[in-house]
Amino acid sequence: MTAALALGDDALVLSHRLGEWAGHAPVLEEEVALANIALDLLGQARTLLSLVGDEDELAYLREERAFRNVQLVEQPNGDFAHTMARQLYFSVYQHLLYGQLAAADGRLAPLAAKAVKEVAYHRDHAEQWTLRLGDGTEESHARMQRGLDALWRFTDELFEPVEGLPVDWPALRDGWLAQVTDIVERATLTLPGGPGGGAWTAGAGRQGIHTEPFGRMLAEMQHLHRSHPGATW
Amino acid sequence: MVSAAASPTPLEEELRALAGAVPDPELPVLTLAELGVLRGLHVTGPGRVEVELTPTYTGCPAVEAMSADIERVLRDRGQREVTVRTVLSPAWSTDDITAEGRRKLAEFGIAPPRPTSEGGGGGVKGGPVMVDLAIRCPHCGSTDTTLLSRFSSTACKALRRCEACREPFDHFKEL
Repeated sequence: MTAALALGDDALVLSHRLGEWAGHAPVLEEEVALANIALDLLGQARTLLSLVGDEDELAYLREERAFRNVQLVEQPNGDFAHTMARQLYFSVYQHLLYGQLAAADGRLAPLAAKAVKEVAYHRDHAEQWTLRLGDGTEESHARMQRGLDALWRFTDELFEPVEGLPVDWPALRDGWLAQVTDIVERATLTLPGGPGGGAWTAGAGRQGIHTEPFGRMLAEMQHLHRSHPGATW
Repeated sequence: MVSAAASPTPLEEELRALAGAVPDPELPVLTLAELGVLRGLHVTGPGRVEVELTPTYTGCPAVEAMSADIERVLRDRGQREVTVRTVLSPAWSTDDITAEGRRKLAEFGIAPPRPTSEGGGGGVKGGPVMVDLAIRCPHCGSTDTTLLSRFSSTACKALRRCEACREPFDHFKEL
């Protein structure tokens, strides 16, 4: 079930990254919002990984090369605008992807039909912040643009077909580009030019090749479980 | 699997009422039946019951507590083997909260969800867009309220403030 693993890892890894904001978000409401989004993603990850095997073993005992998430979700948080750029790219993608999966009659349809409603809120959250930061102060505008630019090269990978998913990938890509372009332009920002991926990035996460920060993230995420096998709350 | 077509026996009806009366662990003013998360209950043999529960949100941590509570009340009623299964489809919607449930939420100080525009299905088109339609302050009843954050103390609530009485309040957001 490579598809469930790929989507489960996307959700798990992004959930962990968002969880890193706890105690650091600019305002309390955002702290709560990011934790809520992380919780939704964690729930999706648990359901998806449980289709593959034991969720804890998969999350805590796999090596870096065994993870199948896209590289976008493992990118460090950066500043708040950087995180929102990552959220925008990913949640628009995930919303469209789950929408297609929910409409198809596959094994993941029940989860997708449920999760797509949650992700609609994530997508809206990212959209509102992109508009607010882009069309805000000179400083917020510059930071939001910087976030969009920095993460652009990880976007091509989102549309690498995942084996076993009943998804129209070219349509997914077109829909994603249209929505992201619309939001970015309304936010008075510029859609990054240049390739959305490079020879070394395109599709690599799905093949188990990850960027350097991912190893450090995994070390933190897995440390407790590996140090105290079987520990429970 | 038990045939879903069979109509419930008196015992199943009684047990279902018991399970449905279990309070929600996070919103104890609501019962599981009022929240609309109890999907089915089948007696599969003497002292053996299978219960179907659907989560509000995929990551809702209350599901485990709900399952434990259901198992406890049914065991107290003499059922030795109680299995609670989580079902995802059809996806839960805030439209599944009963009218009585909505009334209790408002009484508890939580603005109840409005009907979703898509009638609960899909959610792809509707999403969280129409949130600016009037949401009544559960404290003073004013409809002059503003959104502070779409995410509040739990995943299922948004945080709002009443412009009339200035009190913040939770709104059970539409899903």
